[in-house]
Amino acid sequence: MNIAMLLSMAADGFPDRVAIGDRADGLTFAQWRRLADGGAARLGSASPGVLAALAPNGIFPAVGLFAAATAGWTYAPLNYRLPETARKELLATIDPAVVVGPDTENIDDWVAKAGETADGLTGTGFEAADDPRAVAVMLFTSGTSSAPKAALLRHEALFNYIVNTTEFGSAEEDEASLVCVPPFHVAGVAALLSACYTGRRLVPMPSFAPDLWLNTAREQRVTHAMVVPTMLARIVNALPPGGPDLPHLRSIAYGGARMPAPVLERALEVFPNVNFVNAYGLTETSSTICVLGPDDHRAAIASDDPAIRARLASVGRPVPGIEIIVVADGGEPVVGDAPGEIWVRGGQVAGEYLTQGSRLDEASWLKTGDVGRLDPDGYLFLEGRLDDMIISGGENISPTEVEDMLLRHPAVAAAAVVGIPDADWGERVGAAVTLREGEVISAADLRAWLAERIGSLKTPREIALWPELPLTPTGKVVRREVRAALLAD
Amino acid sequence: MSENSTVLATGTRLRSQVCDAQIIVVRPPAQPVTLTCGGAPMIEIGAPVTEGLSLDPDLSGGAQLGKRYTLAVDDGSLEVLVTKPGKGTLAEGSTPLVLKSAKPLPASD
Repeated sequence: MNIAMLLSMAADGFPDRVAIGDRADGLTFAQWRRLADGGAARLGSASPGVLAALAPNGIFPAVGLFAAATAGWTYAPLNYRLPETARKELLATIDPAVVVGPDTENIDDWVAKAGETADGLTGTGFEAADDPRAVAVMLFTSGTSSAPKAALLRHEALFNYIVNTTEFGSAEEDEASLVCVPPFHVAGVAALLSACYTGRRLVPMPSFAPDLWLNTAREQRVTHAMVVPTMLARIVNALPPGGPDLPHLRSIAYGGARMPAPVLERALEVFPNVNFVNAYGLTETSSTICVLGPDDHRAAIASDDPAIRARLASVGRPVPGIEIIVVADGGEPVVGDAPGEIWVRGGQVAGEYLTQGSRLDEASWLKTGDVGRLDPDGYLFLEGRLDDMIISGGENISPTEVEDMLLRHPAVAAAAVVGIPDADWGERVGAAVTLREGEVISAADLRAWLAERIGSLKTPREIALWPELPLTPTGKVVRREVRAALLAD
Repeated sequence: MSENSTVLATGTRLRSQVCDAQIIVVRPPAQPVTLTCGGAPMIEIGAPVTEGLSLDPDLSGGAQLGKRYTLAVDDGSLEVLVTKPGKGTLAEGSTPLVLKSAKPLPASD
């Protein structure tokens, strides 16, 4: 059970189909596998170590991932945009045997040499290592509420994820996925694996800009795309007056952070013929554990029933092989649709870190740290991180509820709500807000507007107007930074 | 069971002795089973092939690449994935396994 087998199957099943890049002269599945074999031979399987990569989306992450897997190494993609000191800190944590990227071996050279090595290989190529418990991928979590941790994803977890959620060779010949999620994020790794296994061509974007996304999608006849909410908002805002000219686009999946309702509603309007998919997952669960599918979206947007309509804000239902329960403070499942901590179990759930070890309980449940509730039909709704819940004067306040209302104000572009330590109240509610271009409103007016709608208890005592919010590469607000800045004011 | 005493765990890889088929166990069986392909017991990937075996014409419907197979009476346990295709029919003893119907999810990544 080695993820390299997924690429071998694809190379056997549809060798000459274009796998990565331009539809006319991109890399085929057979060539992808040759490069992975060559890369594996370069790494060697005698003493497997960690291959760290500082590389944008492109050929390298696709080859590096499978080269490492084939040789029994661990692939560790890092955020190449981090400042040098931060990069060095992360590298020191994982102690890689080989680093590819700036300051070391150039990524293109590495791939070129993998190709030369592959040409010298005889027979069927490099025989893949076969230890399901070996660590295939190491990823740093986004670290919105605490310092980033190195999560370990073993071959069996990733393999289970792909086999349970996708069907081999199910993509039509003309399908292509535009990949603009970062390659050092679990969604980037999952994108490589599922495109490979389904036979869908990958169109990697090294960096994101809305115009570039629209142009690439049109030129490359992209059928599928995965975006984070901030990207979707920028794409929708960048559309020409006549709407998008993307006749081939069939599906947009989104996830990685909370989707603001106005953004989704607008996107559904401007892309009426596109299937929307909301995917919820964690680094520690090998990507997606819940999906809100296209039919769910259509039913919700067309419904007058508030319970059905509300599902636009849901992350949907568990994927095959995944069990989800919502658990109250005492450790027992909640009754009905009450909120609690989301626990998840299944073959794709890893829940393990480099220095902290496994975080699964004795019954294999992973406590996600996310707060949510399940409606009577099993649709999951997220309410934020457990650590981010604000307890003020003994009342529980969900920051996302306050943020959602702030986003309803026409002048507000983005909002982050946090608990600030307070001598009298335990915590008090604080907010940082960015305004839409050209809009002006005072913090006092915004507070008054909010108090009318959600009451004074939940209304932030202080609202700071900032030019921008600190975000992770997938568009999640880094709350610990917001809290620290508000506390310092 | 003497010929095929391999304990089938998730991740166990087996191959046919009479064609090119290879499989991986995705979900282990609830009860011990003897998996065959083309009429001959399947063996672990590295194990030596017994000489003199040949493909049983009655069990030559083929094992398709990337397809998942379960027991004819699916008890929700055994599931295998074909990682290399072959001419032989996958079976439990002489009862062919059946193709698991695909219910693909919408693409989420």
